[in-house]
Amino acid sequence: MHKDHAIHVENLTKMFGDFTAVNNISFQVDKGEVFGFLGANGAGKTTAIKMLIGISRPTSGKANVAGYDVKSETEMVKKSIGYMSQKFSLYNDLTIKENITFFGGIYGLKKSVIKEKTQRLIDELGLNDVADKPVSSLPLGWKQKVAFSVSLLHDPKIIFLDEPTGGVDPITRRQFWNMIYREAHKGKTIFVTTHYMDEAEYCDRVSIMVEGKIEALDTPKNLKAQYKVDSMNKVFLKLARNIE
Amino acid sequence: MKRFIGFIKKEFYHISRDKRSLFILFGMPIVQVLLFGFAITNEINKVDIAILDHSKDATTKEIINRIAASKYFSIKQFIHHETAIESAFKKGEVKAVLNFEKDFGKKMVTEDQATVQILADATDPNTANTISNYIRSILQTYTAEVNKNIQLAYQIEPKTHLAYNPTLKSVYMFVPGVMTVILMLVSAMMTSISITREKELGTMEVLLVSPLKPIQVIVGKVVPYVFLSIINAIIIVVLGIFVFQMPIQGNLFLLAAESVLFIINALSLGILISTIAATQQTAMMVSLMGLMLPVILLSGFIFPVSSMPTILQIISNIVPAKWFIIIIKGIMLKGVGLAYVWKETLILLGMTLFFIALSVKKYKIRLE
Repeated sequence: MHKDHAIHVENLTKMFGDFTAVNNISFQVDKGEVFGFLGANGAGKTTAIKMLIGISRPTSGKANVAGYDVKSETEMVKKSIGYMSQKFSLYNDLTIKENITFFGGIYGLKKSVIKEKTQRLIDELGLNDVADKPVSSLPLGWKQKVAFSVSLLHDPKIIFLDEPTGGVDPITRRQFWNMIYREAHKGKTIFVTTHYMDEAEYCDRVSIMVEGKIEALDTPKNLKAQYKVDSMNKVFLKLARNIE
Repeated sequence: MKRFIGFIKKEFYHISRDKRSLFILFGMPIVQVLLFGFAITNEINKVDIAILDHSKDATTKEIINRIAASKYFSIKQFIHHETAIESAFKKGEVKAVLNFEKDFGKKMVTEDQATVQILADATDPNTANTISNYIRSILQTYTAEVNKNIQLAYQIEPKTHLAYNPTLKSVYMFVPGVMTVILMLVSAMMTSISITREKELGTMEVLLVSPLKPIQVIVGKVVPYVFLSIINAIIIVVLGIFVFQMPIQGNLFLLAAESVLFIINALSLGILISTIAATQQTAMMVSLMGLMLPVILLSGFIFPVSSMPTILQIISNIVPAKWFIIIIKGIMLKGVGLAYVWKETLILLGMTLFFIALSVKKYKIRLE
């Protein structure tokens, strides 16, 4: 196994009956990299991500996350990663503080650590006034920022973000990406799926999945050069059309 | 373990902040027991009846007085012609009419026999039946008294003893029934909804990605409802004892243990439902249609299983509530010990293990 790779995937396949959702994909993600995982709806992104975070079992192939095998060392994988899902992942009827305490608790953090981290997080995001209000009263953009911070509570090496900015306004999206960069600078590996093509440009490297296969994988710059277009959006459209 | 406690704390936050489920949890048992105990009753009380007396002699007068004096009937009107009977029924003024034949008293003496017709409004069959039985019993008592000095050659005198519920209070039947319904409702429906809610909101995924084991997530979701269900069972029993003076004949510990077994049975059903239902709505519908109806209709709560068609009797065997009702009626009313209900207990235990095994299996498949 390559110790310098945060994620190492070899011939990973997932079948549902006769349907091949993920078809023999292989790729590596370096430590500290911001890796964009793109694809149209139904291309197999979510299935692939579920295998990597250990909640779906691969039909065949190998995946190594943070140095642990997703099939045999699932528990260690889970401890080493943070995850923020496509759907909103905080509890609306709990306050911000209660949410943080809860998620810190299920990752086994000590009470004193949770307390300290909660305060720091609330200060950083400027949420002092609303810390004791139910999450449901917050605007979506703020919720997503809190959710992202919560996924970082246990100091994971790799963070999986499944469409983290869906439905969020452009300004908040920009702020959100600043948060992502800050974590990447700290040496964390970011694995992010999105369908906003402008966001693809922010990634160090992107892979594009079409019908269960990875059809392209390179830096945004190289991909644009390769397909002779000026934006990731056009790369994506070209790829999708070629397959059809 | 610490993680687990944090999880349970979170569940209590959910429950305490959701006013609707709080009402279902604690309002329902109280409302249901009071409703069934006070309003829905098989006893009759001050039923309005009418008298059509063609005879108007001393004997009919005496009988009418006796009926009027009983607490079961109140004589609403005297009518004077057969044609008025139907209109009295149709207006809903009376539930029964007593029609004494002409020369009632005279015939009794001269012919040893006189006839009185009891007409009852059978749009409500149970009440009609009860009314006619009560009137008959008043007439019998009267006949017996009149015949006191006459020695009949042979006479069978039935002496009825109504065991375990001598005054035939219907609340004795409803308290165990309501307890069964409520425990099923709270345990199965509320857990299935609370698990599917996490699935629907996407938080289940986040929980599964965390180091919490799936079994911890499920047990964590279930534990609060075990507590709440136990509290509910206590509320119902206390209401039965203090509001309806229902005696608990048997061992309270046995009652508690059997209740916990039934609660776990219902919870495992709730988990099973949540593994098939994707949304809270579906979970609720499945619980209501799939559990509540059988519990109310097939368990023997309201309708005795023994008078059902054979096919329904067979189906009723797979309804856990049927066995639980037999058990708690036995403990509460007859004061029996485990020696008398071990068979039912074993069936309930078997069902519980089966449901748990099935939901564990289903749950694993879902994670694939």
